[in-house]
Amino acid sequence: MPLPEALAAGPSAGGGWLVAAIAWPVVALLLVIAGGERLAARTGALALPVGIAIAIAVALDVANAGAGGLTYHVGGWAPPLGIALRADWLAAAMLLVTAVVATGAGVHALADFGPPRAGSPGRASLAFWASLLGAWAALNLAFLGNDLFNLYVALELLTFAAVPLVCLDGSAATLQAALRYLLYALVGSVLYLLGAVLLYGAYGTLDMGLLATAVRPEPAAWAAAALMTAGLLAKTALFPLHLWLPPAHAGAPPAASAVLSALVVKGSFFIVLRLWFEALPGLANAAAMQLLGLLGAGAILYGSALALRQSRLKLLVAYSTVAQIGYLFLVFPLAFDASTGRLAAGTALAGGLLQAVSHALAKAAMFMSAGLIAVTLGHDRIAGLGGLARARPATLLTFALAGVSLVGLPPSGGFAAKWLLLSAAVATGQWWWAVVIVLGGLLTGAYLVLVLMHALSEPDASAAAPRPVASWRDAAPLVLALLAVFMGLAGLAPFEVGQEAVAAQAHGAMP
Amino acid sequence: MSPTTLYGLFGAALVGLGLYGLLTEPRLLRKIIAFNLVGSGVFLLFGVVARRGADAGLAGDPVPQALVITGIVVAFSATALAVALLLRLHEAGGGTTLDDDNGAGPDRPPS
Amino acid sequence: MSFDLIYELLLGLLALATATWSVATRDSYSAVVGFVGYGLLMALVWMQLQAVDVALTEAAIGSGLTGLLLLGAAARLRKADARVTARPTRTLRAVAALACTGLAAALAATVLSLPQSPPSLTAAAVSALPATGLGNPVNGVLMAFRAFDTLLEKVVLVLSLVGVWSLAPELGWTGRPRLLHPFADDGVLRFLARTLPPLGLLFGLHLMWNGADEPGGAFQGATVLAAMWLLVLMAGLGEAPPVRSRWLRVAAVAGPATFLAVGIAGMGIAGAFLAYPEAHAKALILFIEVPMMLTVALVLALLVAGPPEQAPHP
Repeated sequence: MPLPEALAAGPSAGGGWLVAAIAWPVVALLLVIAGGERLAARTGALALPVGIAIAIAVALDVANAGAGGLTYHVGGWAPPLGIALRADWLAAAMLLVTAVVATGAGVHALADFGPPRAGSPGRASLAFWASLLGAWAALNLAFLGNDLFNLYVALELLTFAAVPLVCLDGSAATLQAALRYLLYALVGSVLYLLGAVLLYGAYGTLDMGLLATAVRPEPAAWAAAALMTAGLLAKTALFPLHLWLPPAHAGAPPAASAVLSALVVKGSFFIVLRLWFEALPGLANAAAMQLLGLLGAGAILYGSALALRQSRLKLLVAYSTVAQIGYLFLVFPLAFDASTGRLAAGTALAGGLLQAVSHALAKAAMFMSAGLIAVTLGHDRIAGLGGLARARPATLLTFALAGVSLVGLPPSGGFAAKWLLLSAAVATGQWWWAVVIVLGGLLTGAYLVLVLMHALSEPDASAAAPRPVASWRDAAPLVLALLAVFMGLAGLAPFEVGQEAVAAQAHGAMP
Repeated sequence: MSPTTLYGLFGAALVGLGLYGLLTEPRLLRKIIAFNLVGSGVFLLFGVVARRGADAGLAGDPVPQALVITGIVVAFSATALAVALLLRLHEAGGGTTLDDDNGAGPDRPPS
Repeated sequence: MSFDLIYELLLGLLALATATWSVATRDSYSAVVGFVGYGLLMALVWMQLQAVDVALTEAAIGSGLTGLLLLGAAARLRKADARVTARPTRTLRAVAALACTGLAAALAATVLSLPQSPPSLTAAAVSALPATGLGNPVNGVLMAFRAFDTLLEKVVLVLSLVGVWSLAPELGWTGRPRLLHPFADDGVLRFLARTLPPLGLLFGLHLMWNGADEPGGAFQGATVLAAMWLLVLMAGLGEAPPVRSRWLRVAAVAGPATFLAVGIAGMGIAGAFLAYPEAHAKALILFIEVPMMLTVALVLALLVAGPPEQAPHP
């Protein structure tokens, strides 16, 4: 039985900026590859701030579009035959934070991956900038895509961009970490694709909007949901599929780790959100949502506990990422409305979004400052951090500020996010998640205080003298950390507006 | 039983077989082969869906066929990257498995 | 049971048996050979499913180029892999077997539950095809309805090539990819490498040109071109270009760049990104396909050739 014919429809009003958000990083990527190693850093560094402008343009368009957001039919072909792009508040916020963090990482990376000096072949420079721009394009597509196979291509592009970043230094340890990451990511993508084929086989479309109306609770849909979620959880490194993340993120160069931890894992998480909130709304049930929340709680507690036991700073920060990802998955049980059997776009979702945004800012700052610490002291052993406060106060301050947002102290974005999640937990009577959130905050505070204590102590008599590092290198991480810390202040006011828009959009989307 | 159902079952079997190979085989080259088998099984399921969607004078739904072609190319790129990483790991002295000869295990803090 | 069904059953069982052997056998090289055989059987399966374009692509890329890649790797890793004796314990393997069988069974049950006549996009594709000027519906989907996927897939290809190149040792960046096991002394191979490429070039171009209306297309044509070039490289009759060469870089981005340029022009001319004005649709699609075929052929061959290595000292 054929679906209604797809007539070639005209594009929606506006929406050109959605195309720009994906096309611009691709253009920059192609220019970097064709232009060669000498121009790679300059091309990349110039392209990134333009991305911030595009993201702001998208946000303004979304604000004008009202409930339901913006839709764009690529090629003028309407789904189900064609591919659609869609932007709402969630997508606009993620586009903006991606552009900001990528710009910060790019600026910070100009020191290590700038134009190659005479005699240097320039391999690392080209590889870094091509990967950064490729990841950026893939992330924007992940946030804007509305077609499941299009999102599969986005996920693959993201993987192929992220993996070479892990092993840029060419050592056996990072190569092994990169291979482990690649295998987890590939298995994740193929499980996702398996789910997609079941959905197409049952409903004849891969467009998320059309699926939302067509999907019924039946075995094919259940299997597809389970497979796609499992695959995406592997890519997001949710406990217990987190094994690949710590060695990969700790082994990459600092600017790359910032992008990997702050942004790349959020791409697959965003698709999980879209899947359960929009494409398969009728499939959500209490048990499945509690399971996702349980895995999230496991991530928070296990990740934080392991972070406490680390002896190297970069590994501690990587395990902190494992833990913070867990908070994102608390959105599912907290947003589940038992009376309607669907996920509601309300306080919990706003909390999850704010957690994603503030974690991105704080974690990027944290990895970049950890990198500076390692360069200054010549190592990143936590026990040997003594004397850092005197050697590089700005770097330590950045690290501490980023920590403030991770722990969730006011007025940071992390605090606002946890506050929203806690209120959702209280409102729905799921007090056990509140306990987990509080415990997570305490454990996070513990490992951060541990680092600060060592950093504020006196240096060992045998420790090498700290190496000088240019002061401008603290600028990018400090700016990101300050954004994270004050996101709660600036964020909560327009955020309530955003929240109402999110709620209105949800009501508009579900007739 | 129609032919497409038969191939659908074969596709499911291939997915299971490939996943078994991925999980139990320590050698990375064999894991890569197993991953290709899983991908091939998934593509076969797309092909089954395409054949069942025959209509309007065509022998199969062209959309899943196009998706499979794209998927085959992407899977090849993935295999190329994985093989290059593996060969480089071998050259750098890291062996051909993911076993931790080189450093601490992922969850154990290094000594 | 009709004859067709028996044939399909045997074909499927043979493919499954080859795949099982490929997973179970101890020697890695044999496993790859088994995988190549499996790929060719799969091409036959695709023919049975009446998907000729996919059969061509599977035989060329899925079995041919992937097999070449894996064979080279298996040859280089043979000794190292033979030394790996650690295997998961019997209980672990049993648990894994149980879990995978369960998953396969659940998947099979789900497949059985899918409708025999699902809602499909065939009618929609057929009715929209004349607007693209193409006669091959699969190419219509690839180059028009879902052109965005195809464009992004080119970007994926180019990015994966840069990723492979980035694995070169620092000094190797100035060198060129050296193909694994060049058989420069093989007389038969050198003969084939001299006679086949001109024919292959013509055939590849024909596949691309014909793909507008018949089975075929830019991907399949590109694979033939890549195979011809690899043949020349393997016979030692030519060398891969150094990865820093300007023409190589431009050729590598020419495909996606042209595609993107036409797409952006479509925003002004035809009203949407990647939309084609109906009168010129076929011409535009061919205009995109030529550089696309060049890029894909180049990238596919270079992905097999691997990262560049340091030029040997004179």
